[in-house]
Amino acid sequence: MLRNLLPQFLLLIVLVSVFLGLMSRETLAHLLGQESGALGVLIAAVIGSVALIPGPIAYPLAGMLFEQGVPYTVLAVFITTLMMVGVITFPVEKEYLGTQTAVLRNLLSFVGALLVGMIMGVLL
Amino acid sequence: MARNFYEFSVKMIMLVPFIFVLIGILDVWVPKEAIQKHIGEESGIKGVFYVVLLAFFQGGPLYVAFPVAHLLWKKGCSIRNVFVYIGSFSALKVPMVMFEISFLGWKFSLVRAAVSLPVFLVIAEILARYVRGRELPMSRM
Repeated sequence: MLRNLLPQFLLLIVLVSVFLGLMSRETLAHLLGQESGALGVLIAAVIGSVALIPGPIAYPLAGMLFEQGVPYTVLAVFITTLMMVGVITFPVEKEYLGTQTAVLRNLLSFVGALLVGMIMGVLL
Repeated sequence: MARNFYEFSVKMIMLVPFIFVLIGILDVWVPKEAIQKHIGEESGIKGVFYVVLLAFFQGGPLYVAFPVAHLLWKKGCSIRNVFVYIGSFSALKVPMVMFEISFLGWKFSLVRAAVSLPVFLVIAEILARYVRGRELPMSRM
C-alpha cells in the first residue's frame, strides 16, 4: 500500500511547497479582495479548491481580507473549499476512494461550500 | 520562497510518517468489534456524533484524513460515517478553531461550523448512497 501512496504524498508535499513559494500573501489578498459579488465568490471558490494552504497561514490571510472589506460570504467559501476540495490532493484521494468517488466528493464539496457561503451571507 | 518550502517540508515530513505510525498502532490495538458497534452501519445518530468528534480533535489538512478514513473503513465503520468524518474537516477542528476565532471572530467561526456541518452531513449521505454498490480501492489496501 505504501508503495503506491508514498510517491503521491511526496508529490503532494512538493506541489504545496511550490505553491506556497509562489503565492505571497499579497498576491492572494489581491486576487480575492478584488471583485465583489458573485464573481468574487466564484474566484474564491476556485482558488480555495486549487490552493492547499495550511490553516495557520490561511486564517491570518482571511482576517486580513476581512479588514480590507471582503464580505463574509467570500471568506466562508474560500475557507470551506480550501479545507474540503483539493485539486492538488486529488492524486492521493483517488488512491483511497477511486477516481469517480473522489471526483464526486470534490464536486459536492465545491457546491456545498458555495451553499455554506450563501447561507452565511444571508445570516450575517 | 526557499524558506517557505523548507519550513513546510519539514513540518510535513514530521507529520505524515507520524500519522502513519499512529494509524499502524491503532490498527493493531483497536478491535474491529468496538468500531463496528459504535460507528458501524447500525450506529445511527450516535455514530455520526462520534465521527464528527474524531474529526474535531484531528489536526492537519485533508489529506491526512484519508489514511485515518481508511483505517476506520477497514475496521467496519459505515461508509456514510467515513464520509461524515471527511466532511467534518471543514467544520471545526481544535487546532484551527483558535486561529479562526482570533482572526475572524466568534460569530463567523461558530456560524460557519454550524452551517457547514449539516451541509456536509447531507453530502456524506449522498456519497454513501452513491458508493453503496461499488467497491472502493481502499478496500483492497
